[in-house]
Amino acid sequence: MISLENVTVEFDQRRVLDDISVTLAEKRIGIIGANGSGKSTFARLLNGLQTATSGTVRIDDFDAAHDGRKLRRHVGFVFQNPDNQIVYPVVEEDLAFGLKSLKLPKAEIDRRIDDILARYGLFEYRSHPSHLLSGGQKQLLAISGVLVMAPRYIIFDEPTTLLDLRNRNRVERAIAELDQTVITVSHDLDLIADYDRVLVFENGKIAVDDTPANAIPKYRKMMA
Amino acid sequence: MIAGLYIDGHSALHRAQAGLKVLALIALGTGVFLISDWPVLGGVLITVLALYPVSGFGPKILWAQIKPMIWLLILFFVVQLWLNDWQAGLVVILRLAGIVLFAGLVTLTTKTSDMLAALERALMPLARFGVNPEKVSLAFSMVLRFIPVIAHVGHEIRDAQRARGLDKSIIALIVPLIIRTLKMADDVADAIEARSFDPE
Amino acid sequence: MSTKDIVYIALFAAVMAVLGLFPPITLPISGVPVTAQSLGPMLAGAILGARRGGLSILLFVALVALGLPLLSGGRGGFGIILGATGGFIIGWIIAAFVIGLLIEKFWNKLNVINAAFSIAMGGIVVLYAIGNFWVSVVVEISYWQATVGAAPFLIGDAIKVAIATAVCLAVRRSYPLISRSR
Repeated sequence: MISLENVTVEFDQRRVLDDISVTLAEKRIGIIGANGSGKSTFARLLNGLQTATSGTVRIDDFDAAHDGRKLRRHVGFVFQNPDNQIVYPVVEEDLAFGLKSLKLPKAEIDRRIDDILARYGLFEYRSHPSHLLSGGQKQLLAISGVLVMAPRYIIFDEPTTLLDLRNRNRVERAIAELDQTVITVSHDLDLIADYDRVLVFENGKIAVDDTPANAIPKYRKMMA
Repeated sequence: MIAGLYIDGHSALHRAQAGLKVLALIALGTGVFLISDWPVLGGVLITVLALYPVSGFGPKILWAQIKPMIWLLILFFVVQLWLNDWQAGLVVILRLAGIVLFAGLVTLTTKTSDMLAALERALMPLARFGVNPEKVSLAFSMVLRFIPVIAHVGHEIRDAQRARGLDKSIIALIVPLIIRTLKMADDVADAIEARSFDPE
Repeated sequence: MSTKDIVYIALFAAVMAVLGLFPPITLPISGVPVTAQSLGPMLAGAILGARRGGLSILLFVALVALGLPLLSGGRGGFGIILGATGGFIIGWIIAAFVIGLLIEKFWNKLNVINAAFSIAMGGIVVLYAIGNFWVSVVVEISYWQATVGAAPFLIGDAIKVAIATAVCLAVRRSYPLISRSR
């Protein structure tokens, strides 16, 4: 369970999130809002990439202010541009990157890498240069890099923005199949249309908190 | 990944440990500067030249190693001839050709990944002086990963500036390239932290 | 050293390699080739500062020495570092460091004059001191003779100082990395 209490985030005196209190227990949560509404900052709070100026952020037993390191293993984060989160030149090296810091034995690292590559049809690309993958394959590799760490929650920040329709659909399917709790920040309203709950951000506050069936039409009206 | 200059083979030099080859190179590089006797240096060069066919490299590969330095060698010989005598000229060019060709041999017979592994092992003892081998290894890998990404950004910028007629201005190419790289660096650092990289 | 510092160091080393892909320009009259790559150490020092700038060029030079053809024209390997002009390659590392030190010193009142001075000190004075010394040892000529031999290249380097100064000041406006780190 994720719970925020009176969370405020300020950058250079500018209030980006304004006294947010919310509890999230659903399996699929969508976050939408205009650029600069605070939605990305909200997502970054959840895995400790951003610290709150005031208030508390709790995820299960972890307090974001004190357990930053553990929180990052508990909450994975997939970014918009896979090119910026694949850090090794070869596919399997990149997947091993996070696992090495978990101090797992070599056999376990190999097993997890095999499993994840098979899952996304990337098995034949195991020792392939990562920059030669297609955009969709790169995003699946980025997701794999997070999944091998076996987090309980995964946050997606605009995961489909840079993809063509076919790859967008592949990534949508990949997200739908996840066992983890998923929090997706997106401008792609179809992506979150069958989620359990949608939060609409506006000027650093949660303006709408409802089911997608209700929240999305309200958001469309707000943006008209 | 960028292909190194390695050429596959099964010779003794191919099989020798990367670290050993680098040590031999350092020894040779130091050794030739202690000798200023042209027949001895000539012997060293002939030995190095003989190692090329022994390691399975034909004249074409050998010529590719010599070609880039041939004009410099001629120039240096002429300079010495003018300042001193032909023996001094021979010493200079035999010495230089000997080291550069042996270095070329080390590069041709050693995979970059083996070199990298040898370097990481060599750095291990430095850990107590605050050099973190994991961070060094991450840095090396990231360069290889991001060369194609940044090259791609460079092409995009050139096309965009060409559309505005600015592609002849090197400043109009480099400033956006640097800014986009720094912006990318912020995102990459976030992604690395989010993947719980924690060498401490 | 933070994760972000490591990323800056690595990505700048990659920029250095990408600059090697730009075709060299041959200067009129003198015929001296000017490569964009030798702008790299100037930019690394002036934008990242002494420590990160120097380390990024060290990282680049290490990859070249390990056998990757990253120098402009696709050159690489140990031989280049040990060859006659190897002093200029090793000198890049020190040049970036010195430029960084000076730029850091002038940072709060950085202008065209002191930026150009910093870049010229590291990128010409220090770089040529090391490079010429190396040439003089390898070729067995005097330091003075090596300096005279390298003189034609100064035209290209003066142009590079001007370019690096303009880039450094432009980047500082939107990405002031040096003040952020101290």
